[in-house]
Amino acid sequence: MNSRTLTITLFLLFVIATLAITVWASRQTRSAADFYAGGRKFSAFQNGMAIGGDYMSAASFLGIAGIIALNGYDGFLYSIGFLVAWLVALLLVAELLRNAGRYTMADVLAFRMRQVPVRTAAAVSTVTVSIFYLLAQMVGAGALVALLLGIKPGATFLGMDADTAKVVTIIMIGALMITYVVVGGMKGTTYVQIVKAFMLMVGAAIMTILVFAAFHFNLSELLGDAATKSGKGEAFLNPGSVYGKEVAGNALQTFYNKMDLISLGIALVLGTAGLPHILIRFYTVPTAKTARKSVLWAIGIIGSFYLMTLALGFGAAALVGGAAIRAQNPGGNTAAPQLAQALGDRFFGGEFGGTAFLAVIAAVAFATILAVVAGLTLASSSSLAHDFYANVVKKGQATERQEVVVARISALVIGAISIVLGILAKDLNVAFLVALAFAVAASGNLPAILYSLFWKRFTTRGATWAIYGGLGTAVVLVFFSPVVSGTATAIFKLPHDWAWFPLSNPGIISIPAGFFFGWLGTMLSRDKADEAKYAEMEVRALTGAGAH
Amino acid sequence: MTTDQGSRDRTGSDETFLEVQRSPEFQALRKALRGFVFPMTAAFFLWYLLYVVLSAYARDFMDVKVFGNINVALIFGLLQFVTTFLIAWWYSRFAGKTLDPQGEALKARVENGGPR
Repeated sequence: MNSRTLTITLFLLFVIATLAITVWASRQTRSAADFYAGGRKFSAFQNGMAIGGDYMSAASFLGIAGIIALNGYDGFLYSIGFLVAWLVALLLVAELLRNAGRYTMADVLAFRMRQVPVRTAAAVSTVTVSIFYLLAQMVGAGALVALLLGIKPGATFLGMDADTAKVVTIIMIGALMITYVVVGGMKGTTYVQIVKAFMLMVGAAIMTILVFAAFHFNLSELLGDAATKSGKGEAFLNPGSVYGKEVAGNALQTFYNKMDLISLGIALVLGTAGLPHILIRFYTVPTAKTARKSVLWAIGIIGSFYLMTLALGFGAAALVGGAAIRAQNPGGNTAAPQLAQALGDRFFGGEFGGTAFLAVIAAVAFATILAVVAGLTLASSSSLAHDFYANVVKKGQATERQEVVVARISALVIGAISIVLGILAKDLNVAFLVALAFAVAASGNLPAILYSLFWKRFTTRGATWAIYGGLGTAVVLVFFSPVVSGTATAIFKLPHDWAWFPLSNPGIISIPAGFFFGWLGTMLSRDKADEAKYAEMEVRALTGAGAH
Repeated sequence: MTTDQGSRDRTGSDETFLEVQRSPEFQALRKALRGFVFPMTAAFFLWYLLYVVLSAYARDFMDVKVFGNINVALIFGLLQFVTTFLIAWWYSRFAGKTLDPQGEALKARVENGGPR
């Protein structure tokens, strides 16, 4: 049996098992609370695992390992930012949101505001953030398949060349995620996340142990070897090889590079608590206290995983080597599976061991991507159905049944859109796209959420200005940044050049802009904040009285 | 069932919520919560920002090797993990001991129709 067959077999096993869970979950999904919030019966540990499943995406597993493998230390910044970000969610958002809301992020944003404008803005923002994030996952799936099926440019698999196979994979992943969400709702999706998180943790742990075994359980030896093999020597272990690069003789570009690093750092740490697919996970548990405990589990699980990315990244640099990784995928997205192959070769008996372990890790990576896209699709379709359809179109007069039907149709539409976009964007860089999603979430959603929860005077106009202002600034700056045009690696490569914004990540400008517009909108409001409703929200958020 | 606007059901009247919000017990709870989470957020955010800014501007310091191939940058990064775990643990202990009992007492009061 070759690696390709084994990967496909293992992945099909995962698909069959999760589809069975989904069908089982669908039998228990009757009410809107079942569809949106999985019946609110999950335990803290289950939800903690599911949060991990939703959060540890292709960018975390493939992207970070790849950046570290190719560029060394700088990739570690992602791991740190992605983890520290959880403190914002734990301290400021999780419990209050759980108590005050019901199905979506907008439940809290619109609590004391006029429903139509705020929920419309929230739905726009939810879908935008989710699509940025979805794109990254779809692209990751496409990149992975070329390695897994062993397709290099020019070669074919089942009569398909590399590009066709990528397209087919993206369509298949899209179709599967639509099935999970449409059929299983939040309950089915949550179990898929739990299974995936378990597989990912076990897979990463085995790889980490093997990497350390190869270097006599000596971190310093691993780092030294990685640095030597990288050809960059000590610089490989120091910050500055990709982010905040110093350009000799060009003080302005050096300044931009350093600002870009700081911008990325801020976007990573503030993005998490504004990600709609993460926020709705807090509704799947019975109480705020359980939500808190589930975040604690998530911090433990996610933190352990990000520590392991060090071993995966530096291990790939030392055991696979930058040249071999670049040859397969210039972005480094295949470093982790290639490391699995090298480890299998070394520890599980020659070629077959390598093939088998590659297949296992590849199946884990596919499961990772699949689960995350399902979570994202659920978040967007919930927002479209609950915020836009039920509360904007139907002005709160939709029946529960109608809402769930619309949510399922939305999942289908969003799935179809992301399939198309994924195919169009299949050559973009994964970690970069996710960092953009974080910046957009931190700019469009976080200011509005924090103001809603903590600022008494915040008004409807403040909320819509915060969302559109932050979101708009972020998206416009990205469009005019060097990642979209004007460089050799941009989406629209030279000679296309309309970039006037010098940074790749807009966070350092767009996040403060979100806060500023929220403040300005509130100050320029004609109507005052509703004191009674603020009292109700604050009392409910802090005490859990009347929580769903 | 119709979808309620803003996800509210009538657990208490506006007067109840306003009264509870103005009660000294609720003010104490809010003060305890904000007194913990605001300074803590500022602290970990500045600590994280220090790490990012040092990575950008203090390369000579970050590149110093402490032992073997382990440099200051790596230790600084790992310390971010340690502080994250510690703050999470600290908050959960504080919330369990201080916030939860106060919150539950007030919750009972709201659901029984406000302060008497």
